[in-house]
Amino acid sequence: MEARVLSPCGVIGSGFPESSFERGLSMKPHVIACDGGSTDNGPAFLGAGMPNFSRSATKRDLKLMLQGRESLGVPVIVGSCGTGGGDAGLEWMRDICLEIAREEELSFKLALVRGEQDKAYLKKRYKEGRILALDPAPPIDEEIIENSTHIVGMMGDEPIARALDEGADVVLTGRASDTSVFACHPVRMGADRGLSWHAAKILECGAACAVHRARPDGCFAWIRDDHFVVEPLNPQMYCTPQSVASHTLYENTDPFFITEPAGVLDTSRSAYSAESERAVRVAGSEFHTAERYSIKLEGAELVGYQSVIIGGVRDPMILKQLDPWLDGIREGFEARVQEIFPDRETPPAYQLHIRVFGRDAVMGTLEPEAGRIPHEVGVLFEVTAEDQVSANTMASTLAHFALHYPIPEWGGLISTLAFPFTPAELEKGPVYRFNLNHVVYPDDPYEMFPSEMMEVAN
Amino acid sequence: MATLGELAKLIRSKNAGPFNLTFDVMFDEEETYRRVVESNVLTKEVFCRLYNLAEDKVLLVHHDDARAIKISIPRPVFSCDLEDADCYGGQQFGPLVGIEVPDP
Repeated sequence: MEARVLSPCGVIGSGFPESSFERGLSMKPHVIACDGGSTDNGPAFLGAGMPNFSRSATKRDLKLMLQGRESLGVPVIVGSCGTGGGDAGLEWMRDICLEIAREEELSFKLALVRGEQDKAYLKKRYKEGRILALDPAPPIDEEIIENSTHIVGMMGDEPIARALDEGADVVLTGRASDTSVFACHPVRMGADRGLSWHAAKILECGAACAVHRARPDGCFAWIRDDHFVVEPLNPQMYCTPQSVASHTLYENTDPFFITEPAGVLDTSRSAYSAESERAVRVAGSEFHTAERYSIKLEGAELVGYQSVIIGGVRDPMILKQLDPWLDGIREGFEARVQEIFPDRETPPAYQLHIRVFGRDAVMGTLEPEAGRIPHEVGVLFEVTAEDQVSANTMASTLAHFALHYPIPEWGGLISTLAFPFTPAELEKGPVYRFNLNHVVYPDDPYEMFPSEMMEVAN
Repeated sequence: MATLGELAKLIRSKNAGPFNLTFDVMFDEEETYRRVVESNVLTKEVFCRLYNLAEDKVLLVHHDDARAIKISIPRPVFSCDLEDADCYGGQQFGPLVGIEVPDP
């Protein structure tokens, strides 16, 4: 048994050298797979349904994959389309795919497997007690489900495998577990599940398992009866047993036990050895099937609209009393806000966050050196309100108010903040937050992920 | 005496999903890895004291094949919530770099 998987890069749109991809094709993969999404870059992408990578960069990568598919007659799978993996992202990728097919005169069976969740379905499962919180998780109730702008479920390999069983040549999916996209076809071919899921875990980041990943690039895996082998596509990159073993550390809380919808990948008994100067052999990985099949949810909700101000403080007198000075601004501004909306009975609700760069802005409560004030600090004021006009109105007032906010040591009008921009305030737009870290227990792996098949003929 | 930053190949932090943070301290040489592990300069207790955390939520593992010490914690503020300033969680490892490791 040998299942061969080609991973052109860690995320579609990040790019890969054509020479690497050509090399991957020459090794006769059974499937070309790529991940398209993440929660890494924050909730804005799921919340607004916008992709992180540009359309043109994504089109370039997908075109090469579709042309490679055409030459070998093997399936292409792209998971978590459009970053968030909601319907907007899937449709965005579908349109790019159809455009390439038209331009390059390609014909194939295209499957779309949706990951966006129906709120009525989730509320029903919630009432049945079949949505559980992971640790830690924000609070959940029906209102939170209802107020989410988008919720996606992270599909397992089964809905993708079903699309392939039904004859799909190209499968584009909504949010999917990164590993599902790569484990799906080998498992379907009868490969060992422990080895397939572990290989998938490495493949999903492209060449990230190499010792020095000089640029976004790809990776190839051979999954056999009792081991798998991984090798970076670029001949200038190489893997070592340590670099491959290290890869399970990346972005996982526990490197030995990695949870997937159908169970847990257990790498605690995995053995890593050099297959060649560039390739690594892995054996002993196991997959333990869970008692209950679970799907992880990701949700984003709109928090408000922001306008921000960046300023620097170099005055030693202010730095000596930075917190009391900022508290004074906060309090004084609260009173000032009452005055600037004369047409409203009550001023709009707002939140003001002030971060002090140079002190504890980066680490917050985790910062052990929060007591140390350097010779200058950067101050970031963030005004969040229910609408953009209110946020902008308040931020422009705040910029002026803070600029001249006095300290007792100086007698006379002072200008306290070095603004690098004019106007000092920047419109930041809508702000989202992740509002779910929960799992659903569905009846089966398919019910949350409807799919459709299209015949693309050119 | 050397610092962890001088001995490690890589010290990094990163989100493990939007709700958890994970720290990897990785070494090139087996000997250096062993030296650091056996010195007990980076334990759950040390980490919690440094980061002002309770120990019960902290996971620390030694990954011998990767020659790495790995620590995972729940995020005190979830990624990109209004109070959060580190979307990717990539800049939370700084305090580990200066930890001193006694000579073998």
